[in-house]
Amino acid sequence: MTHATQALDQMRPPYPAEPGAGVYSNKLGMWVFLASDVMFFTALIGSYIVLRFGVEGPWAKPAAVLNVPLTAVNTFLLICSSVAMVKAYAAIQDGKKYFLRPVPGKLLRDGGLKFWLLVTMFCGAAFVSVQVVEYIKLVGHGFTPAGFRDGSLLAEHAAADPIKYGASVAGMYGSTFFTMTGFHGFHVTCGVISMTYLYFTKVLPEKYSPQDYRGIEVIGLYWHFVDLVWIILFTIVYLI
Amino acid sequence: MTATRSPHASTEHKRPNYVMIWLYLFVLTVAEVALAFELPLSRNVKLLLLLFLAVWKALLVALFFMHLKFERWRLRLIFIVPLPLAAILVTAAIMEKVW
Repeated sequence: MTHATQALDQMRPPYPAEPGAGVYSNKLGMWVFLASDVMFFTALIGSYIVLRFGVEGPWAKPAAVLNVPLTAVNTFLLICSSVAMVKAYAAIQDGKKYFLRPVPGKLLRDGGLKFWLLVTMFCGAAFVSVQVVEYIKLVGHGFTPAGFRDGSLLAEHAAADPIKYGASVAGMYGSTFFTMTGFHGFHVTCGVISMTYLYFTKVLPEKYSPQDYRGIEVIGLYWHFVDLVWIILFTIVYLI
Repeated sequence: MTATRSPHASTEHKRPNYVMIWLYLFVLTVAEVALAFELPLSRNVKLLLLLFLAVWKALLVALFFMHLKFERWRLRLIFIVPLPLAAILVTAAIMEKVW
Protein backbone atom coordinates (compact mmCIF):
# COMPACT_ATOMS: atom_id res chain seq x y z
CA MET A 1 0.00 0.00 0.00
CA THR A 2 1.36 3.39 -0.91
CA HIS A 3 1.71 6.45 1.30
CA ALA A 4 -0.99 8.23 -0.64
CA THR A 5 -3.66 5.56 -0.07
CA GLN A 6 -2.80 5.40 3.63
CA ALA A 7 -3.45 9.10 3.86
CA LEU A 8 -6.73 8.65 2.00
CA ASP A 9 -7.83 6.01 4.49
CA GLN A 10 -7.29 8.33 7.39
CA MET A 11 -9.27 11.07 5.68
CA ARG A 12 -12.40 9.00 5.21
CA PRO A 13 -15.54 10.65 6.48
CA PRO A 14 -17.35 9.14 9.49
CA TYR A 15 -19.27 5.96 8.63
CA PRO A 16 -23.07 6.01 8.53
CA ALA A 17 -23.97 5.13 12.10
CA GLU A 18 -27.27 4.35 13.77
CA PRO A 19 -27.58 6.91 16.58
CA GLY A 20 -29.48 4.68 19.03
CA ALA A 21 -27.03 1.78 19.20
CA GLY A 22 -24.03 3.96 18.41
CA VAL A 23 -22.43 1.57 15.94
CA TYR A 24 -22.03 1.70 12.19
CA SER A 25 -24.99 0.47 10.16
CA ASN A 26 -23.41 -2.72 8.76
CA LYS A 27 -22.57 -3.96 12.25
CA LEU A 28 -26.02 -3.14 13.61
CA GLY A 29 -27.57 -4.89 10.62
CA MET A 30 -25.53 -8.02 11.30
CA TRP A 31 -26.52 -8.04 14.99
CA VAL A 32 -30.20 -7.71 14.09
CA PHE A 33 -29.81 -10.56 11.59
CA LEU A 34 -28.09 -12.69 14.24
CA ALA A 35 -30.92 -11.96 16.68
CA SER A 36 -33.40 -13.26 14.07
CA ASP A 37 -31.15 -16.29 13.46
CA VAL A 38 -31.27 -17.05 17.20
CA MET A 39 -35.04 -17.44 16.84
CA PHE A 40 -34.62 -19.56 13.70
CA PHE A 41 -32.30 -22.05 15.40
CA THR A 42 -34.42 -21.96 18.56
CA ALA A 43 -37.39 -23.13 16.52
CA LEU A 44 -35.33 -26.03 15.17
CA ILE A 45 -33.75 -26.97 18.51
CA GLY A 46 -37.05 -26.47 20.37
CA SER A 47 -38.86 -28.77 17.96
CA TYR A 48 -36.13 -31.36 18.42
CA ILE A 49 -36.41 -31.20 22.22
CA VAL A 50 -40.20 -31.48 22.15
CA LEU A 51 -40.14 -34.38 19.69
CA ARG A 52 -37.30 -36.22 21.39
CA PHE A 53 -38.58 -36.04 24.94
CA GLY A 54 -42.25 -36.26 23.97
CA VAL A 55 -42.22 -39.44 21.87
CA GLU A 56 -43.43 -42.71 23.33
CA GLY A 57 -40.67 -44.95 21.99
CA PRO A 58 -36.96 -44.78 22.92
CA TRP A 59 -34.76 -42.36 20.94
CA ALA A 60 -31.66 -43.81 19.29
CA LYS A 61 -28.38 -43.58 21.20
CA PRO A 62 -26.35 -41.01 19.21
CA ALA A 63 -23.17 -43.10 19.28
CA ALA A 64 -25.01 -46.08 17.80
CA VAL A 65 -25.90 -44.24 14.62
CA LEU A 66 -23.54 -41.25 14.37
CA ASN A 67 -19.75 -40.99 14.21
CA VAL A 68 -19.20 -38.96 17.36
CA PRO A 69 -15.33 -38.95 17.43
CA LEU A 70 -15.24 -37.63 13.85
CA THR A 71 -17.74 -34.91 14.70
CA ALA A 72 -15.81 -34.02 17.86
CA VAL A 73 -12.75 -33.41 15.67
CA ASN A 74 -14.94 -31.42 13.28
CA THR A 75 -16.19 -29.32 16.20
CA PHE A 76 -12.62 -28.57 17.15
CA LEU A 77 -11.93 -27.60 13.54
CA LEU A 78 -14.75 -25.03 13.66
CA ILE A 79 -13.44 -23.67 16.97
CA CYS A 80 -9.99 -23.32 15.36
CA SER A 81 -11.58 -21.40 12.48
CA SER A 82 -13.24 -19.06 14.97
CA VAL A 83 -9.88 -18.37 16.62
CA ALA A 84 -8.30 -17.78 13.20
CA MET A 85 -11.11 -15.33 12.40
CA VAL A 86 -10.53 -13.32 15.55
CA LYS A 87 -6.78 -13.35 14.84
CA ALA A 88 -7.54 -11.93 11.38
CA TYR A 89 -9.64 -9.22 13.04
CA ALA A 90 -6.83 -8.42 15.48
CA ALA A 91 -4.28 -8.40 12.63
CA ILE A 92 -6.12 -5.75 10.60
CA GLN A 93 -6.72 -3.67 13.73
CA ASP A 94 -2.93 -3.62 14.08
CA GLY A 95 -2.49 -2.82 10.40
CA LYS A 96 -1.00 -6.22 9.51
CA LYS A 97 -2.26 -6.67 5.96
CA TYR A 98 0.48 -9.10 4.93
CA PHE A 99 0.43 -12.92 4.72
CA LEU A 100 3.40 -13.98 6.86
CA ARG A 101 6.34 -11.90 8.01
CA PRO A 102 9.53 -13.08 9.76
CA VAL A 103 10.02 -11.90 13.33
CA PRO A 104 13.64 -11.29 14.36
CA GLY A 105 14.73 -13.80 17.01
CA LYS A 106 11.62 -15.97 16.63
CA LEU A 107 11.19 -19.26 14.81
CA LEU A 108 7.54 -18.72 13.89
CA ARG A 109 6.51 -16.02 11.43
CA ASP A 110 3.93 -13.42 12.30
CA GLY A 111 0.60 -13.94 10.57
CA GLY A 112 -1.30 -11.06 9.02
CA LEU A 113 -4.87 -10.64 7.77
CA LYS A 114 -4.23 -12.55 4.55
CA PHE A 115 -2.88 -15.56 6.46
CA TRP A 116 -5.51 -15.76 9.22
CA LEU A 117 -8.49 -15.25 6.92
CA LEU A 118 -7.16 -18.00 4.64
CA VAL A 119 -6.85 -20.32 7.67
CA THR A 120 -10.44 -19.46 8.63
CA MET A 121 -11.70 -20.24 5.13
CA PHE A 122 -9.72 -23.48 5.01
CA CYS A 123 -11.05 -24.69 8.38
CA GLY A 124 -14.61 -23.72 7.41
CA ALA A 125 -14.35 -25.54 4.08
CA ALA A 126 -12.85 -28.57 5.84
CA PHE A 127 -15.76 -28.56 8.31
CA VAL A 128 -18.32 -28.62 5.48
CA SER A 129 -16.33 -31.31 3.64
CA VAL A 130 -16.25 -33.56 6.71
CA GLN A 131 -19.99 -33.01 7.16
CA VAL A 132 -20.64 -33.99 3.53
CA VAL A 133 -18.53 -37.14 3.99
CA GLU A 134 -20.48 -37.90 7.18
CA TYR A 135 -23.79 -37.52 5.34
CA ILE A 136 -22.63 -39.78 2.50
CA LYS A 137 -21.54 -42.45 5.00
CA LEU A 138 -24.76 -42.17 7.01
CA VAL A 139 -26.96 -42.44 3.94
CA GLY A 140 -24.77 -45.32 2.73
CA HIS A 141 -25.40 -47.13 6.03
CA GLY A 142 -29.12 -46.52 5.63
CA PHE A 143 -29.74 -43.46 7.81
CA THR A 144 -31.87 -41.02 5.81
CA PRO A 145 -34.19 -38.10 6.70
CA ALA A 146 -37.04 -40.62 6.50
CA GLY A 147 -35.43 -43.02 9.00
CA PHE A 148 -33.61 -46.30 8.40
CA ARG A 149 -33.81 -47.45 4.77
CA ASP A 150 -35.34 -50.91 4.34
CA GLY A 151 -32.73 -53.60 3.77
CA SER A 152 -29.84 -51.40 4.89
CA LEU A 153 -27.20 -52.24 7.48
CA LEU A 154 -28.74 -49.87 10.04
CA ALA A 155 -32.23 -51.31 9.49
CA GLU A 156 -30.84 -54.77 10.26
CA HIS A 157 -29.14 -53.51 13.42
CA ALA A 158 -32.32 -51.67 14.43
CA ALA A 159 -34.35 -54.85 13.97
CA ALA A 160 -31.91 -56.74 16.21
CA ASP A 161 -31.79 -54.03 18.91
CA PRO A 162 -34.77 -51.69 18.49
CA ILE A 163 -34.17 -49.86 21.79
CA LYS A 164 -30.53 -48.92 21.15
CA TYR A 165 -31.33 -47.74 17.61
CA GLY A 166 -34.69 -46.19 18.44
CA ALA A 167 -36.34 -48.15 15.65
CA SER A 168 -39.89 -46.94 16.38
CA VAL A 169 -39.03 -43.23 15.99
CA ALA A 170 -36.22 -43.46 13.44
CA GLY A 171 -38.11 -41.25 10.95
CA MET A 172 -38.40 -38.45 13.46
CA TYR A 173 -34.75 -38.83 14.45
CA GLY A 174 -33.61 -38.72 10.83
CA SER A 175 -35.70 -35.70 9.88
CA THR A 176 -34.65 -33.64 12.94
CA PHE A 177 -30.98 -34.61 12.62
CA PHE A 178 -30.68 -33.74 8.93
CA THR A 179 -32.74 -30.56 9.27
CA MET A 180 -30.69 -29.11 12.13
CA THR A 181 -27.24 -30.10 10.92
CA GLY A 182 -28.18 -29.33 7.31
CA PHE A 183 -29.28 -25.77 8.04
CA HIS A 184 -26.14 -25.25 10.11
CA GLY A 185 -24.02 -26.61 7.27
CA PHE A 186 -25.79 -24.21 4.91
CA HIS A 187 -24.84 -21.32 7.21
CA VAL A 188 -21.19 -22.45 7.24
CA THR A 189 -21.19 -22.76 3.44
CA CYS A 190 -22.61 -19.22 3.10
CA GLY A 191 -19.89 -17.98 5.47
CA VAL A 192 -17.10 -19.63 3.48
CA ILE A 193 -18.47 -18.23 0.20
CA SER A 194 -18.73 -14.72 1.70
CA MET A 195 -15.19 -14.90 3.10
CA THR A 196 -13.84 -16.14 -0.24
CA TYR A 197 -15.51 -13.19 -1.97
CA LEU A 198 -14.04 -10.75 0.59
CA TYR A 199 -10.62 -12.39 0.31
CA PHE A 200 -10.34 -11.84 -3.42
CA THR A 201 -12.11 -8.49 -3.70
CA LYS A 202 -10.94 -6.71 -0.53
CA VAL A 203 -8.23 -8.56 1.38
CA LEU A 204 -5.81 -9.44 -1.42
CA PRO A 205 -6.04 -5.92 -2.99
CA GLU A 206 -5.40 -4.56 0.55
CA LYS A 207 -8.54 -2.45 0.68
CA TYR A 208 -8.90 -2.87 4.44
CA SER A 209 -6.96 -0.70 6.85
CA PRO A 210 -6.91 -0.07 10.61
CA GLN A 211 -9.30 2.81 9.85
CA ASP A 212 -11.80 0.69 7.91
CA TYR A 213 -12.19 -3.04 8.41
CA ARG A 214 -15.97 -3.19 8.61
CA GLY A 215 -16.26 -6.21 6.31
CA ILE A 216 -13.92 -8.26 8.48
CA GLU A 217 -15.75 -7.36 11.67
CA VAL A 218 -19.21 -8.09 10.22
CA ILE A 219 -18.28 -11.44 8.63
CA GLY A 220 -16.43 -12.25 11.87
CA LEU A 221 -19.61 -11.76 13.92
CA TYR A 222 -21.48 -14.08 11.57
CA TRP A 223 -18.74 -16.69 11.69
CA HIS A 224 -18.50 -16.74 15.50
CA PHE A 225 -22.29 -17.05 15.71
CA VAL A 226 -22.16 -20.10 13.42
CA ASP A 227 -19.51 -21.56 15.73
CA LEU A 228 -21.65 -20.78 18.78
CA VAL A 229 -24.69 -22.52 17.28
CA TRP A 230 -22.61 -25.60 16.46
CA ILE A 231 -21.35 -25.78 20.06
CA ILE A 232 -24.99 -26.08 21.21
CA LEU A 233 -26.00 -28.44 18.37
CA PHE A 234 -23.04 -30.76 18.95
CA THR A 235 -24.01 -31.20 22.60
CA ILE A 236 -27.72 -31.67 21.96
CA VAL A 237 -27.54 -33.89 18.87
CA TYR A 238 -24.33 -35.87 19.34
CA LEU A 239 -23.73 -36.11 23.08
CA ILE A 240 -27.13 -36.20 24.81
CA MET B 1 -2.15 -8.35 25.94
CA THR B 2 -2.15 -5.18 23.95
CA ALA B 3 -4.44 -2.22 24.14
CA THR B 4 -6.89 -1.81 21.30
CA ARG B 5 -7.90 1.58 19.97
CA SER B 6 -10.27 1.58 17.04
CA PRO B 7 -12.99 3.74 15.55
CA HIS B 8 -15.09 0.56 15.25
CA ALA B 9 -14.99 -0.54 18.87
CA SER B 10 -17.70 0.87 21.08
CA THR B 11 -15.43 1.00 24.11
CA GLU B 12 -11.68 0.84 24.46
CA HIS B 13 -10.49 -2.37 26.07
CA LYS B 14 -7.56 -4.68 26.49
CA ARG B 15 -7.44 -7.35 23.82
CA PRO B 16 -8.27 -10.79 25.29
CA ASN B 17 -5.77 -13.62 25.03
CA TYR B 18 -7.44 -15.45 22.15
CA VAL B 19 -5.09 -18.44 22.27
CA MET B 20 -5.97 -19.00 25.94
CA ILE B 21 -9.70 -18.94 25.08
CA TRP B 22 -9.01 -21.41 22.29
CA LEU B 23 -7.33 -23.69 24.85
CA TYR B 24 -10.33 -23.36 27.19
CA LEU B 25 -12.65 -24.32 24.34
CA PHE B 26 -10.47 -27.32 23.45
CA VAL B 27 -10.35 -28.55 27.05
CA LEU B 28 -14.11 -28.07 27.49
CA THR B 29 -14.83 -29.99 24.26
CA VAL B 30 -12.65 -32.91 25.42
CA ALA B 31 -14.37 -32.76 28.83
CA GLU B 32 -17.79 -32.90 27.14
CA VAL B 33 -16.94 -35.97 25.07
CA ALA B 34 -15.34 -37.71 28.08
CA LEU B 35 -18.35 -36.86 30.24
CA ALA B 36 -20.81 -38.15 27.65
CA PHE B 37 -19.14 -41.48 27.00
CA GLU B 38 -16.66 -42.33 29.75
CA LEU B 39 -17.92 -41.13 33.11
CA PRO B 40 -20.35 -43.43 34.96
CA LEU B 41 -22.92 -40.80 35.97
CA SER B 42 -26.70 -40.88 35.92
CA ARG B 43 -28.43 -39.67 32.77
CA ASN B 44 -29.92 -36.58 34.38
CA VAL B 45 -26.61 -35.47 35.94
CA LYS B 46 -24.88 -35.95 32.58
CA LEU B 47 -27.60 -33.95 30.86
CA LEU B 48 -27.22 -31.03 33.24
CA LEU B 49 -23.42 -31.07 33.15
CA LEU B 50 -23.33 -31.27 29.33
CA LEU B 51 -25.75 -28.36 28.98
CA PHE B 52 -23.70 -26.37 31.49
CA LEU B 53 -20.49 -27.01 29.52
CA ALA B 54 -22.19 -26.12 26.22
CA VAL B 55 -23.49 -22.82 27.64
CA TRP B 56 -20.05 -22.09 29.10
CA LYS B 57 -18.40 -22.60 25.69
CA ALA B 58 -21.05 -20.55 23.92
CA LEU B 59 -20.55 -17.72 26.40
CA LEU B 60 -16.79 -17.76 25.83
CA VAL B 61 -17.37 -17.38 22.09
CA ALA B 62 -20.01 -14.65 22.48
CA LEU B 63 -18.18 -12.62 25.11
CA PHE B 64 -14.63 -12.76 23.78
CA PHE B 65 -14.72 -13.68 20.08
CA MET B 66 -17.84 -11.62 19.31
CA HIS B 67 -16.61 -8.98 21.76
CA LEU B 68 -19.97 -8.72 23.51
CA LYS B 69 -18.08 -8.24 26.79
CA PHE B 70 -16.73 -4.96 25.45
CA GLU B 71 -19.81 -3.67 23.61
CA ARG B 72 -22.28 -1.12 24.88
CA TRP B 73 -25.37 -2.38 26.66
CA ARG B 74 -27.58 -1.02 23.89
CA LEU B 75 -25.92 -3.38 21.43
CA ARG B 76 -25.80 -6.30 23.87
CA LEU B 77 -29.57 -6.02 24.31
CA ILE B 78 -30.12 -6.76 20.61
CA PHE B 79 -28.55 -10.17 21.17
CA ILE B 80 -29.94 -10.75 24.67
CA VAL B 81 -33.61 -9.92 23.98
CA PRO B 82 -34.28 -12.97 21.74
CA LEU B 83 -32.93 -15.35 24.40
CA PRO B 84 -35.87 -15.09 26.85
CA LEU B 85 -38.20 -15.18 23.83
CA ALA B 86 -36.46 -18.37 22.73
CA ALA B 87 -36.89 -19.84 26.23
CA ILE B 88 -40.60 -18.93 26.20
CA LEU B 89 -41.02 -20.54 22.76
CA VAL B 90 -39.43 -23.83 23.86
CA THR B 91 -41.24 -23.85 27.22
CA ALA B 92 -44.58 -23.19 25.55
CA ALA B 93 -43.99 -26.01 23.08
CA ILE B 94 -43.04 -28.39 25.92
CA MET B 95 -46.06 -27.34 27.99
CA GLU B 96 -48.38 -28.00 25.06
CA LYS B 97 -46.92 -31.49 24.74
CA VAL B 98 -47.11 -32.17 28.50
CA TRP B 99 -50.73 -31.02 28.81
